[in-house]
Amino acid sequence: MITALKEFLTRPAAIIGTFMLGIVLVAAIFGPSLAPFDPYARIRVDPSDLFAPPDNVHLLGRDDAGKDIWSQLIYGARVSLVVGFAASLVSMGIGTTVGLVAGYYGGRVGNLLMRLVDFLMVVPDLPLMLVIIAVWGRGLFNIILVIGLLGWTYTARLVRSQTLSIKERQYILRARSIGASNQRIILRHILPQVLPLIVAQSVLDISASILAESSLSFLGLGDPNLISWGSMLNFAMDRGAVSRQAWWFLLPPGFAILWVTLSLILIGNSLEETVNPRTRSHHLFDARRMVSLILPVPQPAQPPSSAPQPIQDIK
Amino acid sequence: MTIALEVRHLSIDYVSKRQPLKAVEDVSFEVKQGRSLALVGESGCGKTTTMLALMRLLPREGRIVSGQILCNGVDLLQLSENQMRQYRWQRIGIVFQGAMNALNPVQKVGHQIAEAMVRHEQRSWKDASQRAGELMEIVGIQPERAQQYPHQFSGGMRQRVMIAMALACKPDILIADEPTTALDVMVQAQILEILQSLQKELGLAVIIVTHDLGVVAEVCDEVLVMYGGKTAEYGTVADVFSHPLHPYTRRLLQAFPDIDNLNSTLASIPGHPPALHDLPQGCRFEPRCARKSALCNTVSPSISELRADHFAACHHPEEGNYAN
Amino acid sequence: MQIDTPSPVLEVSNVRKLYPISGGLRQFLRQQGSSFVHALDGISFRLERGEILGVVGESGSGKSTTALSVLGLINPTEGHIMFDGQDVNQMVRSRDRMKLRRQVQMIFQDPYEALNPRQTVYEIVAEPLEVHHIVRTKEEKTERVKIALLQAGLKPPENYLKRYPGELSGGQRQRVVIAGALVLQPKLLVADEPVSMLDVSIRAEILNLLRQLRDEHGISILYITHDLATAGFFTDRIAVMYLGRIVEIGKTSEVLKDPIHPYTRALISVIPTTKQDRKQKRVILQGEIPNPVDIPSGCRFHPRCPAAIDQCRDVDPQLDVKNGRHPVACIRADET
Repeated sequence: MITALKEFLTRPAAIIGTFMLGIVLVAAIFGPSLAPFDPYARIRVDPSDLFAPPDNVHLLGRDDAGKDIWSQLIYGARVSLVVGFAASLVSMGIGTTVGLVAGYYGGRVGNLLMRLVDFLMVVPDLPLMLVIIAVWGRGLFNIILVIGLLGWTYTARLVRSQTLSIKERQYILRARSIGASNQRIILRHILPQVLPLIVAQSVLDISASILAESSLSFLGLGDPNLISWGSMLNFAMDRGAVSRQAWWFLLPPGFAILWVTLSLILIGNSLEETVNPRTRSHHLFDARRMVSLILPVPQPAQPPSSAPQPIQDIK
Repeated sequence: MTIALEVRHLSIDYVSKRQPLKAVEDVSFEVKQGRSLALVGESGCGKTTTMLALMRLLPREGRIVSGQILCNGVDLLQLSENQMRQYRWQRIGIVFQGAMNALNPVQKVGHQIAEAMVRHEQRSWKDASQRAGELMEIVGIQPERAQQYPHQFSGGMRQRVMIAMALACKPDILIADEPTTALDVMVQAQILEILQSLQKELGLAVIIVTHDLGVVAEVCDEVLVMYGGKTAEYGTVADVFSHPLHPYTRRLLQAFPDIDNLNSTLASIPGHPPALHDLPQGCRFEPRCARKSALCNTVSPSISELRADHFAACHHPEEGNYAN
Repeated sequence: MQIDTPSPVLEVSNVRKLYPISGGLRQFLRQQGSSFVHALDGISFRLERGEILGVVGESGSGKSTTALSVLGLINPTEGHIMFDGQDVNQMVRSRDRMKLRRQVQMIFQDPYEALNPRQTVYEIVAEPLEVHHIVRTKEEKTERVKIALLQAGLKPPENYLKRYPGELSGGQRQRVVIAGALVLQPKLLVADEPVSMLDVSIRAEILNLLRQLRDEHGISILYITHDLATAGFFTDRIAVMYLGRIVEIGKTSEVLKDPIHPYTRALISVIPTTKQDRKQKRVILQGEIPNPVDIPSGCRFHPRCPAAIDQCRDVDPQLDVKNGRHPVACIRADET
């Protein structure tokens, strides 16, 4: 685990991503003390404050109600991250359970579960979310639930395929032969092997969840009582920020969404590269690579990262 | 008989930040045309590294520190990568361990053998396919099976396909890395029979890398026993197996089950092979050796010709016949 | 009641194992019944207490299916496997099943694969104790793990407890696997090619260790292998399998010195020997074991048999004792 962490931190993308996410985390945790104004407070405004451009006091100007955008942006981090983490936790739980059960037990139950996964994958998420939110009502909890309930399919597929291959390993047979229960085998032998991949996938899920929350809020289905980056965009669009050329209202929330999503993708991808199980090969050489050098045997479908290395590399 | 391949004083290091190590030190041998040599040793003895160096296919951390690899008077280590690629294909054929699992599953076997020739020798597909059929016959596969896919072949059959591929461009030298590991006894015998007939009938020089003394005894003419990256013993199979000079060779032979003499006990060699990053100062076998003296602890024995054409690196070589 | 007639630790009688295979669309359209893979086709043998029996065969002979059936991990289609007087497949009650899991332990071929890379040696060896709720205290558990490691020849055990399989050599890993089996004090060990992945100099050590366990603790061992040579050294009796059947069974010395079945003879003849002066004529059988879906008529070995006669195509020979020698399934047994 420690070596994996060390390897993770040697990747530039990982360092940049962690740094970027760190800033957002600080904003989310210490929001009230960092933000110069309380965006939830009722304030008296002067007509000239509406859509006021940035100045020394209001770094990013003010919105249509005369509220400080910089403060809203900081408060919005909290909602985005809470939704992102909570929803991906939900989808991680469901996806892992479904994947383990479908992979380990297989059979009819496994097939049924995977057909459900297929179904959820082909149904377009956003319209479905819109419908469900319209029915359940707009609230933070409902949003988290909806995003989580619709976002577990990739995790389930990933966990299932890993489970299928780990299930065939001899140490699973050994566990069975000493009488270990299925539950024990899944929890002690399979889950620990899949866990790193699940974590990597979940980090990517967080960014997807944040995007989904932003989309919902942008479409006016966010929690009406909370400020999020998506709802800021929604307000900006609805209340004529474009026609007033109030770029300070439109750009910051968009940039914030991009910032946090990018940071999570950088982290998630580096994590995945670090923990992805490589096929066991000889300690000195990989037969496939050697064969590709000697014989013109085309490589079977493999990720581009393991493509044959150029000849010059070998001395 | 002409010498097909000669290795002189080959030393190879692995340079890595964590554990730099000496993988091979001062190994010399030669293979004549139409003869076969076995590189024998346990895992970690340097036999695979030596084999990879012959093809100049060492992993990136591998450095050939010194030595020459002469093939018809040309030092392979001095060739450019492009020239080497020609040698690798047309002079030296190779069958890798486990490579039989690297066949492309979605292409017909005959096509895969022929493709090698089309790419490397600019033959026409028709010509190459015909030659592929001939090659399959040489290794004992019915030519009709050219139209089948790898999954229709058993492990032994796929190994034959790999041998046919290695022979595609008529090399003079064939290197086989653990050619029989993971195969059943009867299939092992079949593969060894093929290798032997290639050597006898096509006059190939064959180098077999293996840990199995049985394979050596069955098909090889000369044997080089490696231990801890160095040559322990080198000579003809007949002489080495009947008069092993190095205690390690003798113990290895005793560990080999001989079913004509079931009442003897199977001997094992206590201890472990040395770690290459932490080699003993003296003889590398000294910690496990029963014949050691104070000298062995400090001075590494140099290799010398103790019998005719039979070399060993030992301060206290074994004497007499080995017959159990 | 039956104190004076010791029952065998394991008795396998007429075990068959068929795997149905779906014949694909064509067969479905023709409405043919599905065909079967005959993994085991009626095998019987006994394993006495403290005995080492070698089951020798090539891949596809059914030797691994035999091993898994004995462990109760595969249910045979027909026949009975009695362990310690109880039918393995009738052990529906979980208490009986757990007794089987405790007293029959398996040793695996590939020590690199049989250990969970994320568990320490301690966790690996202690796991069976936890599964069977055998120990009460942590001290007791540690004590038993140490004893098992000692028995498996890992000395001193303290040095190994916290290490991961990746830090051990192949021989040491196999010893960890053995320790994991010994910690439950089993009556029967099923060893599936325990040395074939190990270096030659280590093999003898592991086999000697297993034999010592038999001598000191009276553990019976079922040794599954394709290697007649190590079986010759290690076993008391040998059963040679071909295509789901036992074709010859008997005392190791008798089978190796005086083989009757042509298949056994061929197997013995291809055993490599390092003795230059003793190279005998080798009988290399052509081809490989046929597909167990369509088994040849008559004697299943006849298409590859160097001694086959016309009659072999029709008569399916059964294991039989002829001229007071050991049981063999060959109609020409009395001629050789």
